Amino acid sequence: MSGTFLGMPGNFPKNAEKAVQDSQLRFNLRKATHTIRGKRASVVDELPDWQELRAAGKAIKDETLRHLDRYLVQLEDAVTGAGGHVHWARDAAEANRIVTGLVKATGESEVVKVKSMATQEIGLNEALAEHGITAYETDLAELIVQLGDDFPSHILVPAIHRNRAEIREIFLDKMAETPEGLTDEPAALAEAARLHLRERFLRSKVAISGANFMVAETGTLVVLESEGNGRMCLTLPETLISVVGIEKLLPSWRDLEVFLQLLPRSSTGERMNPYTSMWTGATEGQDFHLVLLDNGRTDVLADEVGRQALRCIRCSACLNVCPVYERAGGHAYGSVYPGPIGAILTPQLRGMGSELDASLPYASSLCGACYDVCPVAIDIPEVLVDLRAKAPHGRAERAGMRVAGWVLGNEVRLAKAQRLATRFRKLVPRRLPGPLSAWTDTRDLPEIPEESFRDWWERHERP
Amino acid sequence: MRVALFITCVNDTLFPGTGKAVVSLLRRLGCEVDFPAAQTCCGQMHVNTGYREEGVRLARHFTEVFSGYDAVVAPSGSCAAMVREQYPKLVRPGSRGAAAIGEVAPKVYELSEFLIDVLKVEDVGAYFPHRVTYHPTCHSLRGLRLGDRPARLLSHVRGLELVPLPAAEECCGFGGTFAVKNPAVSAAMGADKVRNVLGTGAEVLCAADNSCLMHIGGTLNRQKAGVRIMHLAEILATTEATG
Repeated sequence: MSGTFLGMPGNFPKNAEKAVQDSQLRFNLRKATHTIRGKRASVVDELPDWQELRAAGKAIKDETLRHLDRYLVQLEDAVTGAGGHVHWARDAAEANRIVTGLVKATGESEVVKVKSMATQEIGLNEALAEHGITAYETDLAELIVQLGDDFPSHILVPAIHRNRAEIREIFLDKMAETPEGLTDEPAALAEAARLHLRERFLRSKVAISGANFMVAETGTLVVLESEGNGRMCLTLPETLISVVGIEKLLPSWRDLEVFLQLLPRSSTGERMNPYTSMWTGATEGQDFHLVLLDNGRTDVLADEVGRQALRCIRCSACLNVCPVYERAGGHAYGSVYPGPIGAILTPQLRGMGSELDASLPYASSLCGACYDVCPVAIDIPEVLVDLRAKAPHGRAERAGMRVAGWVLGNEVRLAKAQRLATRFRKLVPRRLPGPLSAWTDTRDLPEIPEESFRDWWERHERP
Repeated sequence: MRVALFITCVNDTLFPGTGKAVVSLLRRLGCEVDFPAAQTCCGQMHVNTGYREEGVRLARHFTEVFSGYDAVVAPSGSCAAMVREQYPKLVRPGSRGAAAIGEVAPKVYELSEFLIDVLKVEDVGAYFPHRVTYHPTCHSLRGLRLGDRPARLLSHVRGLELVPLPAAEECCGFGGTFAVKNPAVSAAMGADKVRNVLGTGAEVLCAADNSCLMHIGGTLNRQKAGVRIMHLAEILATTEATG
């Protein structure tokens, strides 16, 4: 059973410091992110109207969020009208309570799961386990994470930090029915997983999913996937429970036209994903429950700058281009949402009360690569900077920044500080003390010049 | 044309040579250069580290100092991007501050933008017989969208051999206070950038931002790599006469 990130100690810089020294992790991440990055670039560059699509995606999401109250009620009516049951969950605890109750009512003690970020966010598997219910992840990468007692480290590819050899080890160690002579060939690993999962699909009476999109107009839920395992879960069991964040809504069926192009190209770098499952309410012979999850989302919606994070369609394009994510890995973010989007989403959903969450808005060099690739144009650097203004600041840093602000606030003070630095320039040590040692540990300092530019100008150029 | 030089606090304090190069280059191209002595800092470090109040104070100071010029030229893509892209977000739309920013910000140019878009010159008459690679820096690339302007300027420099930098668009890991707040990741990014720089066999690494160069150059120096850093302005200012 994979653990939960909640209450994870430490902070991003410390977590990242460990990760950057892990050569295997660095190699796996570099290889994987650069591969997906390249695939995305080629299928995005081939579309002449990508920027228009992107603008449409942004506009549709903004419209939805502006009238979320109305669209949610419309969705509820449509789902109920189609024979489904709609439940509203204020937070993780309430959602877990609802789902646990629904599973218990079926009398089952096992559920199969479609890959879902929302259920990870609320720690559903752990909550079910507390009530004696075992949840089996059926997405291949989620299965690897679950079997390896590991944490997911990427939104799309949760086991991105693992290579084939490591996955083979996990399978040999944790799967009862691994075929003899299992190699680390992708086809062999997929076949082993198929054998392992097939039996569960046929046995399980309850499935739990999330959804990529919900259409308010029709009450339709949509899941995009690559493996077909999701479709097995969605169609075979007698009871289907879907836990979906309230921001996953789209007003109308036609809006899917935009998002079914934006998502696969941004996410897996494919023109079209292999499986798109859509269902409206309860299909024949199946009980359907939709749990609508808030869990902090309405607070995010109230923030004028931060609310754009709710446009996110969980494609992971920002993770795959982020130089910080590539080197720190997903675990350093201590959240199911890693990378640039995680750095703006987690502190908003969880608040910045813990040392870890308060360090996340700083887990970026503000290089802007994430904003460029975001299919719904979330200005991640803008939100990061805004969150930094709200984050708690250490006392020493605050004092230092205040002094710097005072010196820079006036040219006479700045010139005096520059002359002071110039006078003592030969005394500056090669290694600086205190927090500034973070610079000189790996980098030389520039030489302080004999004279600042302004003093040179004053001597040479002033008429 | 009355041009104000916005030197930036980092260049003023640590890289005065870049400022002198801009002055000599712009004068060679017929500009009258003024240095408003009251200028200090654009406030980027404060705003981007979460100290908005101090940052806004510095932004207000900047707009007062630089109002009334035909053009303001900065030898820094990052500081120019701060003024043009981020200043408008610091003030309430319709406020007096917004009006002041709306007046000054569009006149702030990064050096290569000013040369190509305003002065309409690509060949500045420079001579620099060395093997050079160019790092585009994030705020120049994705903030100001400088595109190939620096490369076009460098391509006309006599004697200069411009070698493409692999993975040029990737951040070097400086990121302002990121460099000290996340030193491990910053150094890891710097190491990869340095590896790519060394792979080009260039003797000079050039960029439009001395702060990024300070980080990459500091890493190169620590490794005794034998590659020197130079701001774009310093290469463009060099002629056969000045050598």
